Amino acid sequence: MIEILLVFAAAIALGWPLGLYLARVMRGDASRLDVVFDPLERLAYRALGTDPRRGMSWKGYARAFVVSNVVLGALVWLQFMTQAWLPLNPDGAPNMRWDLALHTMVSFLTNTNQQHYSGQAQLSYLSQMVGIVGLQVITPMMGLAMVVATLRGLFGGRDAQARHADGERAPTQVPIERDLGNYWVDLTRATLRFMLPLCLVWSVLLTSQGVPATLERGPTVTPIDASAELKQQHIPLGPVAPMVAVKQLGTNGGGWYGPNSAMPLENPTPFSNALEVLAIVLIPVAVTFMAGRFVRRRRFAALVFGSMLLMSVASTGLGVWSEGHSASAHDIALMEGKEVRFGADASALWATLTTQTSNGSVDAMHDSLAPLTGGIAIVDMLVNAIWGGIGCGLMQFLVYLLLAVFLAGLMTGRTPELFGRKIEAPEVRLLALLILLQPIVVLGFTAIALSFPSITANSNPGFHGVSQVFYEYVSAFANNGSGFEGLGDGTYWWNLSCTLVLILGRYPALIVPLAIAGQMARKKVAPESAGTLHVETPTFALTLVAVIVILTVLQFMPALVLGPVAEHLSLAVS
Amino acid sequence: MTDLPLHLGAARRHPAGGLDAAGLRAAIAESFRKLAPRQAMRSPVMAVVLLGTLLSALITIAASADKAFGIAVTATLFVTVLFANFAEAVAEARGRGQAASLRAARRDLVGRRLDDAGNETRVAASELRAGDRVLVSAGEFVPADGEIERGVATINEAAVTGESAPVLREAGTDRSGVIGGTKVLSDEIVVRVSAEPGGSFLDRMIALVEGANRQKTPNEIALTMLLAAMTLTFLVVCVTLPFLAGFVGVKLDPLLLIALLVCLIPTTIGGLLPAIGIAGMNRALKANVLAKSGKAVEVAGDVDVLLLDKTGTITHGDRQATAFHPLGGIDREQLRDAALLSSLADPTPEGKSIVRLARELRSRVEDPQQATFVSFSAQTRMSGVDVGARSIRKGASDAIARHVRALGGVVSPELDARVEQVARGGATPLVVADGKHVLGVIELSDVVKHGVKERFARLREMGIRTVMITGDNPLTAAAIAAEAGVDDFIAEARPEDKLARIRAEQAAGHLIAMVGDGTNDAPALAQADVGVAMNSGTQAAKEAGNMVDLDNDPAKLLAVVEVGKQQLITRGALTTFSLANDVSKYFAILPAMFAAALPSMASLNVMRLASPNSAVLSALVFNALIIPALIPLALKGVRFKPASAVALLRRNMLVYGLGGVLLPFVGIKAIDLLLAAIGV
Repeated sequence: MIEILLVFAAAIALGWPLGLYLARVMRGDASRLDVVFDPLERLAYRALGTDPRRGMSWKGYARAFVVSNVVLGALVWLQFMTQAWLPLNPDGAPNMRWDLALHTMVSFLTNTNQQHYSGQAQLSYLSQMVGIVGLQVITPMMGLAMVVATLRGLFGGRDAQARHADGERAPTQVPIERDLGNYWVDLTRATLRFMLPLCLVWSVLLTSQGVPATLERGPTVTPIDASAELKQQHIPLGPVAPMVAVKQLGTNGGGWYGPNSAMPLENPTPFSNALEVLAIVLIPVAVTFMAGRFVRRRRFAALVFGSMLLMSVASTGLGVWSEGHSASAHDIALMEGKEVRFGADASALWATLTTQTSNGSVDAMHDSLAPLTGGIAIVDMLVNAIWGGIGCGLMQFLVYLLLAVFLAGLMTGRTPELFGRKIEAPEVRLLALLILLQPIVVLGFTAIALSFPSITANSNPGFHGVSQVFYEYVSAFANNGSGFEGLGDGTYWWNLSCTLVLILGRYPALIVPLAIAGQMARKKVAPESAGTLHVETPTFALTLVAVIVILTVLQFMPALVLGPVAEHLSLAVS
Repeated sequence: MTDLPLHLGAARRHPAGGLDAAGLRAAIAESFRKLAPRQAMRSPVMAVVLLGTLLSALITIAASADKAFGIAVTATLFVTVLFANFAEAVAEARGRGQAASLRAARRDLVGRRLDDAGNETRVAASELRAGDRVLVSAGEFVPADGEIERGVATINEAAVTGESAPVLREAGTDRSGVIGGTKVLSDEIVVRVSAEPGGSFLDRMIALVEGANRQKTPNEIALTMLLAAMTLTFLVVCVTLPFLAGFVGVKLDPLLLIALLVCLIPTTIGGLLPAIGIAGMNRALKANVLAKSGKAVEVAGDVDVLLLDKTGTITHGDRQATAFHPLGGIDREQLRDAALLSSLADPTPEGKSIVRLARELRSRVEDPQQATFVSFSAQTRMSGVDVGARSIRKGASDAIARHVRALGGVVSPELDARVEQVARGGATPLVVADGKHVLGVIELSDVVKHGVKERFARLREMGIRTVMITGDNPLTAAAIAAEAGVDDFIAEARPEDKLARIRAEQAAGHLIAMVGDGTNDAPALAQADVGVAMNSGTQAAKEAGNMVDLDNDPAKLLAVVEVGKQQLITRGALTTFSLANDVSKYFAILPAMFAAALPSMASLNVMRLASPNSAVLSALVFNALIIPALIPLALKGVRFKPASAVALLRRNMLVYGLGGVLLPFVGIKAIDLLLAAIGV
C-alpha cells in the first residue's frame, strides 16, 4: 500500500518539473542548454532539409509524420529480415520471417511493442540496439509532437498568443492560424533535449542495480538446480539496461527478454523495480503538466491531471483489490505465471499502471491475473487515456474532451464550443469516425478469431479464451503491447491481423484529432463569459469522466461480461 | 368574417402537448403515414428500429419457437416507431393549427386599387402586384403587405399578432408598415403594396408554421451525426456478440439480439429530435416572434451581446418636455414661443409634448402662414421651422452649436453648463436657436421602465452583455445607463455607429442580437447575428432581420434568447438521458440472454426480474413508453433558469445524467412486476 502511494507521489513530484521543462522545450524557448543542443539540432535540420522557422499546416504536419514513419518502418523491416548477415550478432540470431518482421516493425513503429517473438533468441544485438531501441526512443516523441501540434490548433495556431510580437517569422510562412509548428523541429527537440538525457539517467541507475549492459556474448554456465536436468545453460546478455530504461520511460514496454520485467536480469532488485514502476508513469504524468504550461493555462493542466488521476486511482485501487481480495483471487492456479518476488499487490500495481499508460511492459503474466484484474486491465486499454501513451494518451483525452463538450455544451444552452471555438458538424463527423473505429476493429477481429479456433491456437477454451483473444486485439489497438499470452501468436494470422489492428489503432487516433484541431484553429474565437462552459471546473471534469466510463462500458460491456466477468463468476461459484 | 380568430393566442391557451380530440386523431393518423420509407429514413436511429421490427416479424413467423414472445417483441418495437412518429406529428399538428387560422385571415381579401389618375378599381388581393397603390378605409381589411404612403390609421392586427388592442400606423414614420389581413379601424390610408401574391408575410408565416420545408439546423445535423455513429457502434456490438458467445457454447436468440440493439441505440432522443426542433420555432411563435428559420432560434441561444435602442426598450420612449431653461438675457416667453413654433408641425411625440408644455404655459402663438417645416434628419440631427426670414432650429446641443457657428453666431459657455445640468439629471437637453442666437434648453425627461434593471442583471448572469444605443449626449446616456444597469452605451449614435459597433463586436468574436424598426436600421439588422425587426417597422427592416417581433416589444429579445437556449438544453439533456438509460438495459437484457446457458450470470440480474422473457419485454416496453412520456418535455422544453453555464451543467447532469442511469432501474422493475401480475 505504501509502495503504491510512494509511486504516485514520486511520479507527481518528478513529473511536475519535468513537464514544465518539456513545455519550454516544445515551445522553443531560449535556454542555457542551447549551447549544447543548438549545433546538434542545426545539423539534424540540415540533414532533414528543413527550415526550422517554417511552420506547417495540419496537412503538412501529418504528411511529415506519415513520411517519417514509412521511411523508418521500411528500414527497420529490412534490418530484421537481414540481421543474420549484419554485424553485432554474437548469439547468431537468424533472419526473421517476413510476417514476423513486419509485425515486429509495425509494433515498435506504433509505440506498441507487442511481441510475437522472444528478444533474447530471435534478435541480434544490432537489431535490438538500432531497430528496436531506435524506434522506442523516437516513436513516443512522434506522439508527443502530434499532440503538441493539436494543442496549438485548438488554441488558434502556433504562437497565437504572441501574434503581434513576432518579427522573426520567415516571409513564406503559412498564416498563423494554419501554422501548427514544424514536425521535424518538434521531433528533434523533444528527442535530443528531453528523451535521450532522461533515458541516459535511467539506464545508468539500472546498470548500478545489476541490469546487464554489454556487447559481449553471454556466458555458458552449469545450473546449480539439478532438478532442471540441464547440464549447460547459455545466459543471454547484451546492452539490456538502456533498452529497459527506454522501454519503461517511453510507454514502450517491449523488453530484451521474453518474460519482460519479470525476468531477474531485467529487474534484479527492489530498487530497480521501484525505478521501473516509476518510469512507467513518469512521462505520461509529466505530459499533463506540460499541456498546461504549453498553452499557458494552469487550470487546463489541472483538468487533465485531475481527471486522469481520478481514473488512475480508481483503476489501480480496483486492480489491487481484485488481485488480493476478490472472490476469485485466491484460486491457487493464479499464482502460476506470477513472480514470487513481487506477489499479488506489486503485480497488480504494475499491471494496472502499464495498461493505463499504454506501456505494456509486465512483471507478471497478465494471463495469470485474477479475472477481474484482467478485466480492469482491458478497460484501462479501452479508455486509453488514463495517462495513456506519451502524446497519444493526451490526444485520446482531447477526443473525449471534444465529445464531452459537445454533450455538456448543449446542456448549458449554447452550441458547443471548446476554448471559444465552435464544435460543428465537420468536427463531429471526424469524432464519430474515431468512436466507431474502435468497436469495429476490436470486436470485429475478436469475433473472427473466436469463430475459427483452429487459427487462434488458443490454449484455453471457455471464458478465459474469450479474454485472451479480446485482450490481444484491445492491446494492439490501444498500442499497449502487453499480452495475455497463451496464444500461439507467431502465426501468419496473428502477425498479419495484429499488424492491421496496430496501424488502425495508431494513425487515425493521432491524425484525425490533428485534423480537427487544424479546422478549429481557423474558427472565430468567442471570448469567454459567464455563459461560456468553463471546462476547467470540477463539475465538467466529473462529466468528462462519466462520459468516458459510460461510453467505454456501453460499447464493450457484452465482451467484458463474456470474458473476465463470466470467468470471475464461474471461479467465485466453484 | 366579422372577427378574426386569435390563432396565436390559441396556442397560448393550451399548454405543451395540448391537442383536442380531433388533433389527436390526426396526429395518430400522421404517425402511420410517417412509416413510409422515405420519411422513415430521415432519422437513422428510427430507421434501424423499423428494420428491426420487420426482421423480428420475419423471425417470429419463420423460426421462433415461442410465438407469443416473438409477437410481443415485434409489437413493442412497432409501437416504439409509432411513438417517435407521433412525437413529430404532435409538434407539427400544433403548428398546423396556427396555420389554419392564418389561412382564414388570408382568403377573400379585396382591395381598391388606385391608378395614376386616382381612379378606384376593385380587385382581388391575389391580383395586386408590388408597387400597386390601394385605398383602405375604416372597417376594411388591408389586402396586401405594404407601407402607408399617405394618412394615418388605427389598425387591429389581432389576425397576425393575437393582440386585440389597436395600433397606430402612420405614413412617413418608422411605423408605416401594414400587413395583409389586418383590419383598419379608423381613418383612411393609401398603401403601396410591397409583396407579390404568395410572397406576403402571411404566406411565409404559414409555410414556416407548418414546418413544410423545415431545414435541420447546423447543431441538429451535428447531433444527428453523433447519434448515427452511436447507432452504428451498437450495431457492431450486437452483430459481433453471437460469435463471442458461440466460442463459449452459447447460442443467442436473434430476437433477443434485436431487442438488445433497439434498447441500446438512442431511440429516445432519436424519436424526439424533430419534435424539439419544431417546438422551438413554435415556442418562439408563442412569444409572438416569427423566426425566419430554425437556425435563427438556435443562434439566439448563443448570443452574448445585446444591442438595444434605449427608446421603447429601456425607457418608455415617450420623452416629454418638462421644462424650458432660457439662457441669461433671454426671457422665458421668448424661448417658450420659439420652441412652440419649431414644433407645431413636428409629428414626433417629443415635438407634440413641447407644444403641449408651451400651451400649458399659456403660449398664444398662432399657427403661422407661409411656414416651412424642416424635419429631423439623422444627418443634421436638427428640426425646425422657417417662418419668413426667421429660422428656428432645435436639436442636440453639438448640432445646434455647429449650426449657429456656421451662421456666424457665438455660443456662450453658459449653454454648456445648462446642457450639462439637464443631462446630468438623466434628461435629454434640446437646444433651441433663433437664427444665430441660442435661446435656451428644453428639458426632455424619459422614464426607465420598471424591472429593466433586474432583467439586465439576469442577462449578465447568463454571460450576456447589454449595450444601449441612444441619440442622447454622453451625459444623459451615462445617467440612464447607470439607472437601467446596462453594461455599456453608445451616445449620440448615428445609424452607421450601430453597424460599426456590431462589426467591432463580431470581430472580437461576439455574437450580436439587435432590435430595430426603421429603414436606417436595416444594414445593422442584416449584419447582426440575430436581427429582430419590429412588425410595425418598415418593410426594409423586416426583410433585413431574421426574426420579426409581432408585438413590437423590443424587450422581446430576452424571450428569444431563452427560447434558443432552452431548445439546445432540451436536445443535450435528452441525449444524455437516452445514453445513460443504456446502463440499466444491459443489466436487464444481458443476464436474460445468457441465463439459460450460463447459470452463474444470474447474479448480474440485479433487478431480480421475474424471467428472461419478461426482463427483455420490460426493457423494451420501458424504451417505448419513455418516448411519449417525454413528449411534453420536448415540446415545452427543459426548464430554464438563468444561471452560469457550470451551474446549468451541474443541474442537468444530475437530473438527466444521474437520473437517466437510475430511473430505468425503477421503471423496468415496475413494468416487470406488472407483466408478472398479468401473467406474461
